[in-house]
Order: sequence, then C-alpha cells, then structure tokens
Amino acid sequence: MIWQFDLILLTLVVICAVAAITVKDLLSSAIVLGAYSFLMCLIWTGMGAVDVAFTEATVGAGVSTVFFVAAIYHTTRRTKD
Amino acid sequence: MDFIIAKYNYWIYIILMMIGFYAMIVKNNLAKKVVGMNIFQTALILLFISTGVKTGGATVPIVIGDAHGHAIPGTLHAIDYINPLPHVLMLTAIVVMVATFGVALALLIMIFKRYKTIEEDEILEIRRKEAFT
Repeated sequence: MIWQFDLILLTLVVICAVAAITVKDLLSSAIVLGAYSFLMCLIWTGMGAVDVAFTEATVGAGVSTVFFVAAIYHTTRRTKD
Repeated sequence: MDFIIAKYNYWIYIILMMIGFYAMIVKNNLAKKVVGMNIFQTALILLFISTGVKTGGATVPIVIGDAHGHAIPGTLHAIDYINPLPHVLMLTAIVVMVATFGVALALLIMIFKRYKTIEEDEILEIRRKEAFT
C-alpha cells in the first residue's frame, strides 16, 4: 500500500461522495456515483483485495450505474435538494 | 496525532459512513436516499477490507507451486500474506448491495407511477389530501 497514492484516492472518494448527494440533477448523481465506485475499486486494489476490486468494478460501477440511469429514464431527473 | 495518521483509512470510513447516513435521513428526494444507502454500504466494505491489510511486505494470498501443481516444500507463514477472510465476506456484501440497490430502484419506479413524483414531502402531501376525500 503506497500511502501517497492511497491518500489522494481517499480524498477523491470523499469529494465524490459529497458531490453525489449535493448535485441538483439525478443523472449527474448517477455518473458521480459510478466514479465513486470506481475510485473505491482502485483503493481496494491498492490494499491487495483484487477479487473484491474487480467485483466492485463490474457490479458496483457498471451494473449499478446502468440500473440507476434506467430508473431515471423511467422516472424524472428533477430533484429539489 | 500518531494514532490519527496510522489509522487514516478508518477515519475516512467514518466520514463516508456519516455522509451516507446524512443523505439517508436529511435528503427529501427518494433517489438521493438510495444513493446515500449505497455510500453507507461501500464505507462499511472499506472498513472490512482495511482490517485485512498487513504492513511489511505482505502480498496477495496466492501460493505458487511448481509445473506439476505440487506445492513448494517449506513452511508458509501467515505474516507474509494479506488476510483473505474479510475479502470473501465482502464479496458477498457487494452482491447483496447491488441486489438491494435494484429492489430500491424498482420500488422507486412504482412510487413514481403511483404519485408522479419522488420527493418525499410532495408524496406525503398527496397522501394527506387523499385521506380527506
């Protein structure tokens, strides 16, 4: 685990988490959540948990984002907060 | 100060968990609540993966044998390998996380079809009006 790399990724993860819940458009929220999942996957690769990392990359960042975009397509992009 | 620096993963995990918890409680939009739940679960997985990490040259738990599949003679030391037990547990947790996410989004679509909105306060307003009529 390289701590400089790890610290940058952890900072980016916190920024992405805050952005995903504060952004005023649900489609942007879906994309930022996908970026969050992928950054989390990079952190886990750094920790040596490669099996967890590639499951997160396919299922968390891939399938979740597709589900979320499909749900937004069937509902609405509008959000008040 | 030394304690904070040595365990920085755990502090980030607490921050992420509180962000997700805040979104689940305070946000009015139901989709934002689902996003908060996802962040909460990912933070918990980060905690468990962090417990498996060993410093001092530990690598992924793969024992390399020779060409015929026989193990190399000698003693294997657990200190040389990262603890794989939390990895296996969290592999299950990720699958459960995505299943929960899918069910929550299906419920979201059904709520939108019924009330034409996914804001919690507007849904409560509609339900209040329906109760009087």
